[in-house]
Amino acid sequence: MNQNLLSITGVSKNFGDVTALDDVSIEIRENEFFALLGPSGCGKTTLLRVLAGFEDPDTGSVTLGGQNLLSLPPNKRPINLMFQSYALFPHMSVEKNVAYGLQREGLGKDEIRDRVADVLTTVGLTDKASRRPAQLSGGQRQRVALARAIVKRPQLLLLDEPLSALDRKVRAEMQLELKRLQHEVGITFVVVTHDQDEAMSMADRIAVMSEGVVKQVASPVDLYSRPDNLFVADFIGSSNAFRGVASEAGVQVDGLGLLPGTFGASSGEATLIIRPEDMRLVDQDQAVLAGTVVDTQFTGGSSTIALSIAGHSSPVLVSCQGSASVTRGDTVHLAWDPSRAIKLTK
Amino acid sequence: MTSPAAQGRGAGRRRALGARFVFLGPGLFYVTVFMAIPMLLVLSYAFLKRGRFGGVKMEFTLDNFHRVIESVYVSVIGNSILIAAITTILALLIGYPTAYAIARLPRKWRNLALVLVVLPFWTNFLIRTYAWILLLNSEGPLNKGLTAVGILHEPLDLLYTRGAVIAGLLYAYLPLMILPIYASVERLDNSLIEAATNLGASRARAFFTVTLPLTLPGTMIGAIFVFVPSLGNFIVPELLGGGKTVMIGNLIRDQFLKARDWPFGAVLALIMVALLILLFAGQAAISRRINGRGRHA
Ligand SMILES: Nc1ncnc2c1ncn2[C@@H]1O[C@H](COP(=O)(O)OP(=O)(O)OP(=O)(O)O)[C@@H](O)[C@H]1O
Ligand SMILES: [Mg+2]
Repeated sequence: MNQNLLSITGVSKNFGDVTALDDVSIEIRENEFFALLGPSGCGKTTLLRVLAGFEDPDTGSVTLGGQNLLSLPPNKRPINLMFQSYALFPHMSVEKNVAYGLQREGLGKDEIRDRVADVLTTVGLTDKASRRPAQLSGGQRQRVALARAIVKRPQLLLLDEPLSALDRKVRAEMQLELKRLQHEVGITFVVVTHDQDEAMSMADRIAVMSEGVVKQVASPVDLYSRPDNLFVADFIGSSNAFRGVASEAGVQVDGLGLLPGTFGASSGEATLIIRPEDMRLVDQDQAVLAGTVVDTQFTGGSSTIALSIAGHSSPVLVSCQGSASVTRGDTVHLAWDPSRAIKLTK
Repeated sequence: MTSPAAQGRGAGRRRALGARFVFLGPGLFYVTVFMAIPMLLVLSYAFLKRGRFGGVKMEFTLDNFHRVIESVYVSVIGNSILIAAITTILALLIGYPTAYAIARLPRKWRNLALVLVVLPFWTNFLIRTYAWILLLNSEGPLNKGLTAVGILHEPLDLLYTRGAVIAGLLYAYLPLMILPIYASVERLDNSLIEAATNLGASRARAFFTVTLPLTLPGTMIGAIFVFVPSLGNFIVPELLGGGKTVMIGNLIRDQFLKARDWPFGAVLALIMVALLILLFAGQAAISRRINGRGRHA
């Protein structure tokens, strides 16, 4: 296991009466590809700005490699930020933009030239070196911004929604490219995104945030299969939630009966979560629940069936391989492997 | 023979042109009547002989241009350029920091500050200039005050000096420096400064490598807005310079109203216009370079 590089401990930040960060604590490891995921306005950018030194937190501490980061002025931090808006200097060529940070380090002309040439090769913009940002496409600008940040070889690279301005296809390519780059340069990446697919496919670990609070920090697989709370279960993928009272055999839900799950000894209020792909259509004699089909959606390799179940307010989603064999109005029966059920008490 | 479709297109285009003229019309009329025609008159006067009591005689000549290089006129033009240049530099030194500070004020204070900057424009220019006479004369509050506190033993000759002219021009045109600089600083994307800082630039370095170049086009506009009217102003040199400081503006006015040499006045006016065009062309070229538009690498 890699060592911790960055420790964020109890960081809070208020803007007037808006709480942008509320007691945020995260540990980020060396060479990790870490994602901050959350809905718009949950404080992702604010957290990056605290790390970069553009906002002072009201409370809390941040250390980088054991050193207090907050006491360093922003221009002395070994951290580079790729801005949500790229923030390229419009009056400088691509080359000059990339060289800017190296010149500030006082490096020699030859070294600067070589490193700029190297990084432009890495991002595939060698032939655009003398262009101005205004003469580039969105994807090219994004790569210049990336080149400008990685050429400094920072200990930590912060990327604020680096791919949000790109269309789907370019975006998928850039996701791969970012991963490849991270392996190649061996820098710790912290990527902000509000796109869960992007976070799930790129990151080693993800922090899910909501309204300034970190809801869970875990690997993509764990976030999906072992969400800590309802917010995460709901935000990552789709889920069917049933509120009730926990017991050894499952969760007792008013009007639906005992929904099975294997949680060991437990009691008190709880929510049972079943992912759509864990739901199975079964014969009546094995059924746990019965419902009426209200909608079916075919999405390429699989289909999603929406069911309405008497006594349950929201539609229940079931996904199955291939096209659905049922049609609207059919009555179907559901069951699931109790070990796949997730119990949440928060 | 044109096809019906092509005729239809032609008619559509004519309609579009007509519609465009409706909107352009008033502006076009204004530019023609108040700019183009007078400019053409001035241009043609420059090549004609002077009439006896003003006006022109319809005879072609280039003599008017030769006279410009006579030493008295060269020295007046040189003196004017010097005074206008000093005024512009002082306006820059005062105006840039002021504009920058205003642009960084909280939004609600910004408008108030801008109103204060243009407030003097609400009073007649002549009256404001007379106020400077009162302020600067040997019995004025400045001299009196300084003598009273013992800094001066006897009043200084502040009025009717080149310094008084510069002070008057500076006072008159400083807002024209502040406003365009303010506009360009205000428009500047703050994340560019943050990016420079993040890449390791100190505050001063970020200012000189990012803020200053990107606000240079606005700053040059401000400089032109101060330089050109300072050069052409004749009220300030007359009132505050006491007629001792003759500037090109005085010269032009005198050619038309006193010497009744319209052609020579026209030549001098043309020189000013040419200078203005040159300055704006320079500004446009530099601004294009900074913004990186147009020229494809
Ligand atoms: N300078 C500021 N002044 C006042 N409020 C601010 C400021 N910066 C951020 N906020 C508020 O703090 C909260 C968090 O903002 P932040 O920009 O961190 O969100 P985000 O997670 O990056 O959102 P997005 O995904 O839309 O970029 C928001 O409610 C925002 O309105
Ligand atoms: Mg953001």
